[in-house]
Amino acid sequence: MINLAEVFETNKMIEQDNLDVRTITMGISLMDCGDADVDVCCQKIYDKITRLAKNLVETGEEISRQFAIPIVNKRISITPISIVGSSCCKTPDDYVQICKTLDCAAKTVGVNFLGGYSAIVSKGMTHSDELLIRSIPQALAETERICSSVVVGSTKTGINMDAVRLMGDIVKETAQQTAAQDSLGCAKLVVLCNAPDDNPFMAGAFHGVSEADAIINVGVSGPGVVKHALQHMDEEQVADFETLCETIKKTAFKITRVGQLVAQEASKRLGVPFGIIDLSLAPTPAIGDSVADIMQCIGVERAGAPGTTAALALLNDQVKKGGVMASSYVGGLSGAFIPVSEDQGMIDAVEAGALTIEKLEAMTCVCSVGLDMIAIPGDTPATTIAGIIADESAIGMVNQKTTAVRIIPVEGKNVGDTVEFGGLLGYAPIMPVNQFVCDRFVNRGGRIPAPIHSFKN
Amino acid sequence: MKQRAIITVVGKDTVGIIAKVCTYLADSNINILDISQTIVQEFFNMMMIVDLSKSEKSFDRIADEIAAVGQNTGVQIKCQLEGIFDKMHRI
Repeated sequence: MINLAEVFETNKMIEQDNLDVRTITMGISLMDCGDADVDVCCQKIYDKITRLAKNLVETGEEISRQFAIPIVNKRISITPISIVGSSCCKTPDDYVQICKTLDCAAKTVGVNFLGGYSAIVSKGMTHSDELLIRSIPQALAETERICSSVVVGSTKTGINMDAVRLMGDIVKETAQQTAAQDSLGCAKLVVLCNAPDDNPFMAGAFHGVSEADAIINVGVSGPGVVKHALQHMDEEQVADFETLCETIKKTAFKITRVGQLVAQEASKRLGVPFGIIDLSLAPTPAIGDSVADIMQCIGVERAGAPGTTAALALLNDQVKKGGVMASSYVGGLSGAFIPVSEDQGMIDAVEAGALTIEKLEAMTCVCSVGLDMIAIPGDTPATTIAGIIADESAIGMVNQKTTAVRIIPVEGKNVGDTVEFGGLLGYAPIMPVNQFVCDRFVNRGGRIPAPIHSFKN
Repeated sequence: MKQRAIITVVGKDTVGIIAKVCTYLADSNINILDISQTIVQEFFNMMMIVDLSKSEKSFDRIADEIAAVGQNTGVQIKCQLEGIFDKMHRI
């Protein structure tokens, strides 16, 4: 039977160390909503989302109350819209109309974000994919809750450099069209390589074509809990790596078990099959709920100092090792996130001069995802942004992992300024970007071939 | 089927905390399966495992009412379904 110490340990994690379930994301297939008429297609999409996700928010809140565990977000991911809209969308405006319908459906069911305004163009772009991509700046400027993603490469296909180049322009345009809100649109737009089909985290969430009609995916969190466990471990004397790894693993296990419980309950109560748990350490701007702080507990003075990449590799691996056993199905991005604006420790490291984009890029080789929520000067050329996307995609392609770029070229701001996104998106200092150009490289056109899978070194 | 919940009480030790909680549970037809408590530096920590299945009240109502009992006594009382603890601490 459960004892007093265990009960208080759990409640302390929730009350003092910011333990929460970051998101319950319902994946919904819209494959059956295609139509030759855009109005009919929109109606089908609206009806299907509002029917399946009708009780999502209420059920999430009920689970949260009954177990006294905060469930921060209730969200929806959908089939990439470039597939659903391919038969009816003849212009970017048609896609914008679908985007507004999605926004309306998201508001009706009460979710804070809906992801899947996406195109998968890892090898080539169809006409419909291109229309969708070109509609992104306007679509994100005119909606509130929609997240967009474009998959530009994979280990199997190589990198579609035409798409990479285009995304450089699209990121810039999105920043310009949402200039009044400090280019907030770019915080809802991510460019991916090797994107998983079942990611519950925004902005890169979409419901892949390999998925069932509807599914419940859950993203866990808990950097604060890991940090506290490490502080406690080092109280008497500095622990060795074995103890360090064991501590992270055990803590990750406990955090993930809560996610597993919430996922099973949500699946049962909503009558929708359980998909996966995403074992992630997702930081928030709350003090102490930071992956950078964990780096400091492990022993680097600031995130970005020499040793950071190794510390992050260790952390990421132990989180997976602990989490995998705690859940029946694991998927999504699964690893430690290192967004800048959403993590107070990362912001401090940037402001102290410890952390640069180049170091962040190195860190993305060993952790989940990539260059995330990084604000850069508004006058950064589109070709430079495309170059950054190409670099990050290459890391993902060669290392067979998911990588992503979510950078915000904030209109009218420069190095030394800060930008405030609000809420979970936090705030960020503008980081300097390498001033040398790569125009000739990104303008070549075509694609980078898939890498060889032998002779690894 | 039994619906088991854990009630935790945390706060400054005063006379009659357990009595007040138990009175409420008895009035609500909630059976107590186990009680344990300790006092650390004048702070009262208690947990009860209870069975809600015979109570006619909804879980939300019980959680709200028992939290109110806590407020009147100057302690914090929480009611949670047992699953979260079982899941985290038992394989």
